[in-house]
Amino acid sequence: MSNTQKFSLSMRLFHWAMAALVISMLAAGLLMVRSLEPWQLSILTVHKAFGVVAAVLVIARLVNRLFHQIPALPGDLSSLQKFVAKASHWLLYLLLFAMPISGYLMQYFAGRPIDVFGWFRLPAALNVDIENYAIFRELHGWLAIALMALVALHVAAALHHHFIRKDKVLKSML
Amino acid sequence: MKKQYLALLLAPIMSVAADDPPKVSAQEFVNLQQGETAHEGFRRAHAKGICLSGEFRSNGQLASYSKAALFETGSMPFIGRFSVAGNNPTAPDLKAPVRSLALSFAMSPTQQWRIAMNTPPVMAVKDPHTFYQQIQAIQAGPKAIQAFFAEHPESNDFLSWKAQYQPSGSFAAETYNSINAFYLVNSKGEKQAVRWTMQPTVSVSAGNLEGVDALHQEITNRVAKENVIFDWVFTLANEKDDENNPAKAWPDSREQITAGQIVITGVTPQLQGECHGINYDPLVLPTGIEATRDPILRARSAAYAESYRRRAKEALMGELEEQGNE
Ligand code: HEM
Ligand code: HEM
Repeated sequence: MSNTQKFSLSMRLFHWAMAALVISMLAAGLLMVRSLEPWQLSILTVHKAFGVVAAVLVIARLVNRLFHQIPALPGDLSSLQKFVAKASHWLLYLLLFAMPISGYLMQYFAGRPIDVFGWFRLPAALNVDIENYAIFRELHGWLAIALMALVALHVAAALHHHFIRKDKVLKSML
Repeated sequence: MKKQYLALLLAPIMSVAADDPPKVSAQEFVNLQQGETAHEGFRRAHAKGICLSGEFRSNGQLASYSKAALFETGSMPFIGRFSVAGNNPTAPDLKAPVRSLALSFAMSPTQQWRIAMNTPPVMAVKDPHTFYQQIQAIQAGPKAIQAFFAEHPESNDFLSWKAQYQPSGSFAAETYNSINAFYLVNSKGEKQAVRWTMQPTVSVSAGNLEGVDALHQEITNRVAKENVIFDWVFTLANEKDDENNPAKAWPDSREQITAGQIVITGVTPQLQGECHGINYDPLVLPTGIEATRDPILRARSAAYAESYRRRAKEALMGELEEQGNE
């Protein structure tokens, strides 16, 4: 395959920027759906605006990926392990994309335009559709749970590579 | 000496602890509103209501205060809803202590506005956690609510309104209030805190109303004959008013501006109408209207979303079940 040892700088930047963003988004999401405090509206507004940023970032990241070689997985992994590693990465991309899309569509069908940092607004339906809202609201919640589980697995795998297998996988992203 | 300092230090902490009711979540709040058994598919509050169609006829008077397109001279259609407070969609109209009007303006795909108003001009309390206790007291009975008001002097303005309020004989003859304050923002970026009321243009006595659906029948018959009209009147706060306190009335002397008229031209039973699917969350605002920091106002979005999520899911499951049965 390839002989690069490390992910390119742009890929590492994308990775860690999105990691920080997504973890903040998950925390903000879980907090704001429960809170009756005055900051709830502020977090909700920021959640939606940064959610739109996340959607743009994930597309930019995938495009960027096309132009870069990525380090090969360690040769001593079984083919099953390699498959699981790759599948989990594609599933992560899929969830990172599905989260903002479901978030936006839920708001779209509820007739709630999205204000992005006061720069512009994303359109919403003129006629509310409560059943479509329900589909995307529930999806947004379930996908968030799947994403949290997958992120946990991803972190555990990275630590496993580093501390137990003592290979270069974690370092290749640092 | 030392003890005094300690007391000084502790006093605010203790008074905060004594005054602050326990914090409740949006889910706990909606659980309390919904009661023991949920009425599936219906709003957890203001469950009984009727859909309205009509338009706002703006006279342009407010256009220099807010850049919301709605306030330019002209007209804008809305989907509205009259309702009575409570979680039961079949409760008797005349037993409800509060009557309500909600409006949804879909001006454009990027500019929408939801408004939900009630008959009282102020809240009895100024934060959602104390409001939770007030609802608990209401549910516990007359003794409990009396004790609650005695312990909460901030409810004075609400109580003096309540003492003189006479329910009318029609949804068309009530005054509906924003209660919470909002900011109007104009094209120069100037902010003005306001509250607003929908003032009726008819008076109807409650004398000969009867039946479980008295108000719903009355408004249906009325709209079949004539348009129902309200004046949309804004009250401008001055620097003496605290726009973040929904329990305090503003003096009558404050400047008022009538922005135009709300003209209701049609009604539809809620299960057949478009209003049923709408979440009248008052924090869906167009450019030119902004939320204050009023803790009650700020609590509404999360609670409305929780109620909306529950009933939306029930609507979807109901629809799927129906399809399965066919
Ligand atoms: C990476 C992107 C995103 C992540 C990780 C994320 C995560 C979450 C999480 C964890 C919740 C709580 C879910 C629950 O308790 O069921 C939530 C709620 C929510 N999200 Fe997102 N979200 C993302 C993007 C978006 C976008 C783009 C929008 C809209 C434009 C959005 C709108 C919302 C709304 C409105 C809620 C609250 C719904 C309610 O109160 O019923 N999200 N989000
Ligand atoms: C912390 C304070 C409040 C909470 C937690 C609360 C909660 C709720 C909830 C859960 C709903 C049902 C939403 C839905 O499923 O669509 C609702 C509806 C409504 N609320 Fe509130 N509310 C609060 C304060 C107010 C105030 C101050 C007003 C009046 C100014 C108000 C007026 C209304 C009206 C008119 C509706 C019915 C709207 C419609 O016809 O759909 N609420 N409220």
